[in-house]
Amino acid sequence: MIVYKRPEALSKVSMHYCPGCTHGIVHRLVAEVIDELGIEKDTLGVAPVGCAVFAYNYFECDFIEASHGRAPAVATGIKRTHPDKIVFTYQGDGDLAAIGTAETVHASARGENITIIFINNTNYGMTGGQMAPTTMPGQVTTTSPYGRQKMIQGNPIHVCEMLSTLDGVAYAERVAVNNVKNVRAAKRAIKKAFQNQIDKKGLSIVEVLSTCPTNWGMTPVDALKFVDEKMIPFYPLGVYVDRNAMGGESDDK
Amino acid sequence: MAKVLIKGNEAVAEAAIRSGCRYYFGYPITPQTEIAEYMAKKMPKVGGLCLQAESEVAAINMVYGAAASGVRVMTSSSSPGISLKSEGVSYIVGCDLPCVILNVQRGGPGLGGIQPSQSDYYQATKALGHGDMQLFVLAPSSVQEMAQLTADAFGIADKYRMPVLLLADGALGQMMEPVDFDMLHFTPEPEKPWAVNGHGGKRKKNIITSLFLKPEELEANVLERDKKYKTVNENEVRYESYMCDDADIIIVSFGITARISKAAVNDAREKGIKAGLLRPVTLSPFPSEILKKLSDTASAFLSVELNMGQMVNDVKLAVECKKPVYFYGRTGGSLMSSADVLDQIEKIAGGLK
Repeated sequence: MIVYKRPEALSKVSMHYCPGCTHGIVHRLVAEVIDELGIEKDTLGVAPVGCAVFAYNYFECDFIEASHGRAPAVATGIKRTHPDKIVFTYQGDGDLAAIGTAETVHASARGENITIIFINNTNYGMTGGQMAPTTMPGQVTTTSPYGRQKMIQGNPIHVCEMLSTLDGVAYAERVAVNNVKNVRAAKRAIKKAFQNQIDKKGLSIVEVLSTCPTNWGMTPVDALKFVDEKMIPFYPLGVYVDRNAMGGESDDK
Repeated sequence: MAKVLIKGNEAVAEAAIRSGCRYYFGYPITPQTEIAEYMAKKMPKVGGLCLQAESEVAAINMVYGAAASGVRVMTSSSSPGISLKSEGVSYIVGCDLPCVILNVQRGGPGLGGIQPSQSDYYQATKALGHGDMQLFVLAPSSVQEMAQLTADAFGIADKYRMPVLLLADGALGQMMEPVDFDMLHFTPEPEKPWAVNGHGGKRKKNIITSLFLKPEELEANVLERDKKYKTVNENEVRYESYMCDDADIIIVSFGITARISKAAVNDAREKGIKAGLLRPVTLSPFPSEILKKLSDTASAFLSVELNMGQMVNDVKLAVECKKPVYFYGRTGGSLMSSADVLDQIEKIAGGLK
C-alpha cells in the first residue's frame, strides 16, 4: 500500500530551490490541496518574480508568469474573465509587499475571489539576500549590512495584520513550515484558502513563514530554529481574519 | 441604422463592444476618460465587465491576465498613463498575447498638458516597453476611422498574437462626428488553444511566460517573433495616398494633422502648386516602400506633426536622402491651421524654383 506519494498536481521534475529552502514544502502542500479538492483541471496559477519564478514548471495546472508584484492584478484579469476557474498566486515578500503593494491591497479591498500563497522569508532570495519589506528590525541583509534600523530603512510590514483590516479579505492566516505540527497546520490553512474560493467567499491569503538558509548564512537546521526563535515571535502565527466564521461580509464588529 | 453623432473616445468604446470585446480595464486620465465611463455604462448590459483598476500598471496587468486566458480585452489611457503601462506591454509582447491599447495622446513630457499631441510617436513606434519588440500601431484620423480601426485592431491582434496600439490624440478623442456603426466590418475571434483557462483534463498544461534564462532559448524566441514582424511589415502596411501621383511636394502626416494637411494640399493645388498627401494609417509597420517609390517622382517631402519632429526621421529613412525632407510641427497642445501648412508648402515650392 502506498502511504506517501508525489501529488498528481506536482510535476515530476527536480526543483531549483536551495537545500533547506521551504519553497518545496509549500509547493507540495499546494499540490496536495489541489489533488484533494480535485481542481487541477480548472486551476490556474500565477507565478511571481523571485525565487518562485519557475513555479510554473512545478505544477501540472495551467500557469502564467506575472511581472514583479503584479500577480494579483494578473489574477484579477483571469478570474474576472473566468469566474468559475480557480486562480491562485504564489508570491514572495518583495513581490507582494514592496513592488506589488498596490496590487495586493486593491485586489484585497475589491475582494477578488482568489487565493494568495505568500512566502515570507524576510529577504529577497533570488537576487541574493537584500532587505525586504518583511526584514525584521536589526536583521542583517546585504542592503542592511549593519542590521535594519528604524531611522534608516524604516519599519517592516505585517501583511496579514494589514490586509485583515480590509473588508474584501475573507480569510488571512499566518502559518509556518518549520516543523511537522506547523506544516500540518499550514496545509489546513491552504486548503481552507482554496475552499473559500470554491465557495466564492472572497480573497484568501495564507502567509507562510519560510526559510532562506543560503541568504541567511545558516544551515537548514539553524534556519528552522531561526523561524521558531526570531520570526514567529515577531510575526505571530494565527488567523487574522475569517469573515466566514464571523458570519459573513456584513460583519463589522 | 442612421449615423450617430458621437465623440471619438465613445466611438472606440462602442466599436470595441461590437467587436466582441467584453472586458475593459482602465484608469481615469484626461483626455480619454469617456471610454471608461462609456464602458462602465454599457458593459454590464452586454454581459461584460468594466473594471477601474488602482493604477495604469494594474490595468495593463489585468489585460495581460485576461488576454492570456483567451478573451478579447482592451485598455485605454493617455500619454503619462501609457508610460506606466509600458512594463505590462513588454510582457504582453514577450508572451505573444493579443490585446488592444488606445493612447489618446496629450502633450508631454512629464505631466505635460491635456491638449492634443502626437509626441508619443517615438514611444509608440520604437519603444513602448523594453526588449526587442514591435507593436502594431494604427493611427485614425476621423471618428469613423477610430471606430473601424478599433474593430480592425481586435482582428489584427488575434491574427498575429500581438498587442495593437491605436494612436489617437486629444482632438480625435474629444471631437464629435457622425459615425455609421453599421458600416463597420469585424473579424471573428479565432480559437485560442494556447490560452491558460484550465486544461480540463483534456490537454497538457499551458504555460505563458516571457522568461528564457538560456541565451540561445531567448534568442530563438525573439527570432521566431521577428518572423511574425517580417510578415506584418510585408503584408499589413496601410496608408491613404491623396493626389500623390503627380505631386512635387508630398506632405506626410497622420491622425488629426493629416486632415489639416489635406486642406492645405487642396489650397496649394488651387494656387497651382502640385502638392499631395501621404497619410500613414499604420505607423508600425511604416509605409516606407511607397515613400521610397514616391521619392522618384516628387521633389520634396514635408512631415507635419504635433511634436518637435519624430516621424520625419522615418520619412528620411524611407526616402534614403534622394529628396529633401522638411519638417513642420507644433507642440504643447496647439494645432496648426491649414494656412500654416500652406505657408510651409509655398516656402518649399519657392525654394524648388
